[in-house]
Amino acid sequence: MTPYWAILSARFRTLLQYRAAAAAGFGTQLFWGLIRVMIFEAFYRSTTSAQPMSYQEVVTYIWLGQALLAMLPWNYDRDVHALVRSGNVAYELLRPLDLYWHWYARAMAWRVAPAVLRALPMFIVAGLFLGLQPPDSWASLGAWIISLLGALLLSAAITTLINISLMWTIAGDGMASLVSTLVVILSGMVVPLPFFPDWAQSILNFLPFRGLVDVPFRLYMGHLPPGDILGLFAHQLAWTLALVAASRHVLRRGTRRLVVQGG
Amino acid sequence: MAQIVVGNLVKTFRVAERQPGLWGAARGLLHRRHRSVRALDGISFSLQPGELVGYIGPNGAGKSTTVKVLSGILVPDSGRCEVLGRVPWRERVANAREIGVVFGQRTQLWWDLPVVESFELLRDIYRVPSSSYQQVRDELIAMLDMEPLLDVPVRQLSLGQRMRCDLTAALLHSPAILYLDEPTIGLDAVSKLAVRDFVRQLNRERGVTIILTTHDMDDIEALCSRVIVIDEGQILSDGTLDDLRRHVTTERWLIVDLAEEDGDVTDPQATVISREGHRVRLRFDPEEVSAAELIGRITAAHAIRDLFVENPPVEEIIARLYGEQRR
Repeated sequence: MTPYWAILSARFRTLLQYRAAAAAGFGTQLFWGLIRVMIFEAFYRSTTSAQPMSYQEVVTYIWLGQALLAMLPWNYDRDVHALVRSGNVAYELLRPLDLYWHWYARAMAWRVAPAVLRALPMFIVAGLFLGLQPPDSWASLGAWIISLLGALLLSAAITTLINISLMWTIAGDGMASLVSTLVVILSGMVVPLPFFPDWAQSILNFLPFRGLVDVPFRLYMGHLPPGDILGLFAHQLAWTLALVAASRHVLRRGTRRLVVQGG
Repeated sequence: MAQIVVGNLVKTFRVAERQPGLWGAARGLLHRRHRSVRALDGISFSLQPGELVGYIGPNGAGKSTTVKVLSGILVPDSGRCEVLGRVPWRERVANAREIGVVFGQRTQLWWDLPVVESFELLRDIYRVPSSSYQQVRDELIAMLDMEPLLDVPVRQLSLGQRMRCDLTAALLHSPAILYLDEPTIGLDAVSKLAVRDFVRQLNRERGVTIILTTHDMDDIEALCSRVIVIDEGQILSDGTLDDLRRHVTTERWLIVDLAEEDGDVTDPQATVISREGHRVRLRFDPEEVSAAELIGRITAAHAIRDLFVENPPVEEIIARLYGEQRR
């Protein structure tokens, strides 16, 4: 195994042990999912104009969101935070590893493992009892899986950038809470992006965040045609690469400060 | 060829000074005063392959700073440093592959993983081929008696067990050089002896070059033929333990066990250091009076149960060395 893959897999196995947290998360997300469904139900009952998604589609969208919430890059890694605060982050450099990919591998494990633990029961429960529809077609399923992979690559890149930002903001929650708000709203987690006003659409299409939620979910439902996957995946990858490049630059400056000023 | 060369290394840290009180804190937001602390002030030494060097000094003397520079995780202000022909901070990753580092104060293992999984992760991180990993691992496990610990999560290990695991972890990739930063700190007597034996074996049988920083003078006495003493970023002394003794003081100690309790021994050419029960400790200068002469006089004057001559403990020597420099 290559070093980074080994770190990812070790971290993944460690995180799979947190089953109590996953059970609690599952309960919370079930509860919030029900509330969100009720809100949209009230909305659809009272509206008379045509909406960009059907009620059926919105319900599926909500349950997908509740199942995969843990995948979103909305918080920072407490272990990295502790390393930075205690100054022990310098010791990370003792390993014959590139610090960026080391942290990226950690972040990836951290975005995948809890999501897997929560998603499996949620798919079963919501699929059987709560109106989560299966994918629109086999092609939609394929496109969804590919874009989910793209979403993970992107999510880990954003998470790593948040972690790196901890090297400057000691309190840590500054940048993290800002990014968290942006991510939750602009990815389409709160309200699906098609409901946003027309003038916002081109901005939302440009920004990286739709690649996290909006794109994979709508591919799943067939709301975006599976044939679009190439362009959409390229959008996710391009943003991932840009974020990786930018983060590496920031991290280089952070480590330079670290190796000059000490831990 | 020297394996480690350090020449005139200088490192200064800028420390922000907090001003006292609320007003001071408010002013500190606008304007911070900085103070320069010279952690390394012209350190030079070189190490041959297979040396075991004790690197000692009080807290804040610059020991850890030196180790950090040698590990490539700290860049000095000026000076030369080469480890196996590489400048550590310029080729950090290549350098990291060749060295092992153990910190007594903190583990480098993964808290949540069982020991054996930590080892496997390190194997992958250091890209150790499976065949040599198996062999090195089995040897280390045998030497440190680690078999029963392998499946225990790191967080459940005692300090002594953890140190054995950390030593193994630092050696899985068979580094030529090992930095040990206070490896016996906080350990019980048995664990200390185990660690010392292991370090000695590693150095003698495998020729691993070792730099050992410690506060425990027994470590130094048991292990190190060469001792570098630093204080305030400067090297005070570099040589064998005997050289160091000779350099600081020639005095010897005479320990006398008297037949009667609370007896007193007086001699014009020796001074009493301590008295406890039957035992009286005296210091004398062998250039002034020979041990034989002194012992002759004392045995003539007192009823003696036992008596022996010894060197002052290393703590004493080091303390005097610091005192001398600071005066």
